Amino acid sequence: MMPTPLQLVIAAIAAWLAIGALGLLRPRDLRFVSRFLFPAGAAVAVALAIVGGYAVGKLPQSTVLPLGLPDLPFHLRIDSLSAFFLLLLGATAAAISLFSSGYFRSSDGTPPGLVAMQYHAFLAAMALVLIADDAYVFMVAWEAMALASYFLVTTEHRIPEIRRAGFLYLVIAHIGAIAILLCFAVLQGGSGDYTFGSMRSMILPGAWSSIAFFLALTGFGAKAGILPLHIWLPEAHPAAPSPVSALMSGAMLKMAIYGLLRVTFELLNGQLWWWGVVALTLGLVTALFGAVFAAVQSDMKRLLAYSSIENIGIIVAGIGLVILFKSYGKSLLAGITLTAVLYHVLNHAFYKSLLFLATGSVLHATKERSLGRLGGLIHRMPWVAWLALVGTLAISGIPPLNGFVSEWLLLQAFLFTPSLPQTFVNMLVPIAAAALVLTAALTAYVMVKFYGVVFLGRPREPNLAYAKDAGRYERSALCYLATGCVLLGVLPANVTAFIDPINLMLIGASAAPRLAGNWLFLAPIDADRSSYSALIVLVVIVGVVLLTMTIVRRLYHGRVRIAPAWDCGFPLQTPRMQDTAEGFGQPIRQVFEPFFRIMQRQLPTPFDSAPRYSVRIDDHLWYWIYAPIVRGAEWIARTAGRVQQGRISVYLTYSFCTLLALLFFVR
Amino acid sequence: MTAAGFASQLLQLAIAVALAPLLVGWVNQCRAWLQNKSAPSLFLPYRTIRKLFAKDAVVAEGASGIFRTMPYIVFGAMCCAAAIVPSLATDLPFARAADAIALVGLFALARIFMALAAMDIGTAFGSLGARREMFVGFLAEPALLMVLFTASLISGSTSLTTIVDTLAHRELAIYPSLAFAGVAFTMVSLAENARIPVDNPATHLELTMIHEAMILEYSARHLALIEWAAALKLFNYSCIGLALFFPIGIAAAGDGWQATLGAAPLLVLKLAIGGALLALIETLSAKMRIFRAPEFLGTAFLLAVLGLLVNQLLGS
Repeated sequence: MMPTPLQLVIAAIAAWLAIGALGLLRPRDLRFVSRFLFPAGAAVAVALAIVGGYAVGKLPQSTVLPLGLPDLPFHLRIDSLSAFFLLLLGATAAAISLFSSGYFRSSDGTPPGLVAMQYHAFLAAMALVLIADDAYVFMVAWEAMALASYFLVTTEHRIPEIRRAGFLYLVIAHIGAIAILLCFAVLQGGSGDYTFGSMRSMILPGAWSSIAFFLALTGFGAKAGILPLHIWLPEAHPAAPSPVSALMSGAMLKMAIYGLLRVTFELLNGQLWWWGVVALTLGLVTALFGAVFAAVQSDMKRLLAYSSIENIGIIVAGIGLVILFKSYGKSLLAGITLTAVLYHVLNHAFYKSLLFLATGSVLHATKERSLGRLGGLIHRMPWVAWLALVGTLAISGIPPLNGFVSEWLLLQAFLFTPSLPQTFVNMLVPIAAAALVLTAALTAYVMVKFYGVVFLGRPREPNLAYAKDAGRYERSALCYLATGCVLLGVLPANVTAFIDPINLMLIGASAAPRLAGNWLFLAPIDADRSSYSALIVLVVIVGVVLLTMTIVRRLYHGRVRIAPAWDCGFPLQTPRMQDTAEGFGQPIRQVFEPFFRIMQRQLPTPFDSAPRYSVRIDDHLWYWIYAPIVRGAEWIARTAGRVQQGRISVYLTYSFCTLLALLFFVR
Repeated sequence: MTAAGFASQLLQLAIAVALAPLLVGWVNQCRAWLQNKSAPSLFLPYRTIRKLFAKDAVVAEGASGIFRTMPYIVFGAMCCAAAIVPSLATDLPFARAADAIALVGLFALARIFMALAAMDIGTAFGSLGARREMFVGFLAEPALLMVLFTASLISGSTSLTTIVDTLAHRELAIYPSLAFAGVAFTMVSLAENARIPVDNPATHLELTMIHEAMILEYSARHLALIEWAAALKLFNYSCIGLALFFPIGIAAAGDGWQATLGAAPLLVLKLAIGGALLALIETLSAKMRIFRAPEFLGTAFLLAVLGLLVNQLLGS
């Protein structure tokens, strides 16, 4: 008998846990961990991706496992939505595990075996989140995911900043978890039954369903990094080892998106139009904020973290638009928008993992994370550089790569909005579309800065001349992700058809037949309206470029003379005269000055022989929202601390008073 | 895909590639006349390109593959763009593969490669040019997209050919949104083509240059291709402007080859007038400081958004 997809997923989770347990057997054996455990984890991930891909569009299956507390068995279920996200998890985890095989070295942080255990527990917890079918399993898996990732973030726990970053991450994760817990409490609607099955059938009164939605938005927003709960992302990503950053950005943020979709479209019956407006606004503000802040960062992983915030913003804005369309009964448009959202989720998993892993290779080769000390790595690390170029172009939304397709679909969805019956919403659209395209253009700025400063130009520091290219495992992982970016870009019609069962499940209408003309063309609604074929664009561009090259070579000549760069009559040029990250971001800093809180600006004096300029930029939100809360908490703790006197007689008095009070009240 | 469509597609591409340097020569000539200088030959850009092709290419030490492939990629992207923008006919098979948003994407592709290649050598000027180019681009690109959106909301399509078909055959009416879009588009085109209020194509003064700073290291055939691509970009922008705001005379799908051929002289006439106007704008305005550029482009962006809003409000 063939095993069902759900059984296979459970088996994969068990396999990951077993691999993690094996890591505990020989915690300090780096060879065992990197040559055996991580490749085995990658194999399981590939299997999971295949199962997930197979299960999209199949009938939902559920099962009950007699695990956990008495009377609280595990309800598990797989449907198209969870299968899609399982595919995403498997596909990214495969690459990241492969990369990790070559990445982890011995350090004075957590021993490698323990890292492997935490890593695989993290993967297993994410998979369990996706197949959870009651609030209890969901919360257990959700918390396991948060904890495992916390320990992974603090791998280098001997560095105080990293411990601080980890703590911040844990705090925000728990604020989110509380909100999610409350959300489930609202969703069960007094029935006391916490299975998702009963929540689906529950019809909540309007106000309560709004409360549930906003609790979900807060809870999952904290994990995804929606403003103002984004604060942990730029701290945790630079702190974590690069594969972990990639996994968190590529897969874990998507778990939050999964949760939001699950609660909003499946567990809640009926959506109100103004939720859509709120989500749309919040998403776009987040996206713009992320893009603007990414432009002024000088640490490459912080830059990518802000770019993740931006992408999550775009995704949430898209979800807002889906809610709008659905609440007005425009199922077809809602389906197209949902397709764009899920497409973007998939794209982001691929290109952001690719970029994070590339920074990992750079970090290994140079021991440097600050953009101002890198440069010229395309000569030393050609594999990483050229593969990262694919990711750079993909994230900038350049046709014919994958980032463009989802942006294109989302913009098409914005252009459909005039059909909505409400004037206010219609007025919102031009502004929303403007914000979206502004974000996209800023992304290009950010990515040119990232790529140009790290890989192009001349090395800014002498030690960069010894940088080595990535090893076999790292290279193949990067190759796989870059291929994914290209394939997702040139075969959009296949991807949208693949996503379609989820439209059917969440929106109740199929969009694919109206999305794709045939396998070559993407044509939402009508081919006369708009159509796009990435493959043709790719073929034509490559064709024209090759033709031009041949003609130029044939008709003229291919002679080339290598000479020093023109020095403009000033012979004392050094690599330090190139733009630094601060220099490249300076125009943006000037334009968006009011958004920033400039922390430290170091201006060199005229007498410096080796002048260095640096500027650190913080966002206002920390000082406006978080700092007062921290101060308040500290004040409460201090005040309460006065009770502790450290003398036994005082504590005995407390006990006596408590006893008296209890006698008085309980009597 | 019909044979006629394919023919008009090729004809249009050939005309764009062939005529683009002529447009640059014409603008330069007009500007010289307006500024009381003796005008260079109309065909000077062709001679420059031919001269450059014949020379030996000098490539700076430490140049990577990006530096060498950039001219070809930029040229290729501009050719693709020229194939999408309906300048002679709207029966363009390739335009079905790429709509207005993809057109903006192609421009972005060219821009990103130019900026990356400029940073590749690692000279101060290169990265300065790259930074300024991306800076101009991050406001100009959304503004251009908003202009195109205004037109696509009127015609209910993002495909440029459908937009032109609708705009060319509508009854004569005043579209206030298109007026906003037109002003915004003019400003964007000036900025994107390195024209006077934002950049100056005629100078290598380090304080002001953007485009020239990026291509400082290029020579011979690479430079020739970049110059040609820049000319094509000007040609493309002119044709987008003509297609959106003066779409009269562009042959529609069923019009046959006579109409396509007949559109050519009209296109030349329109481009001549447009080029003269460009020279006039360049002569009348002064180059502004680089940090005034965001105000200029921000205005363009806001005008374009206003156009879209007006469209939503008035339904036209």
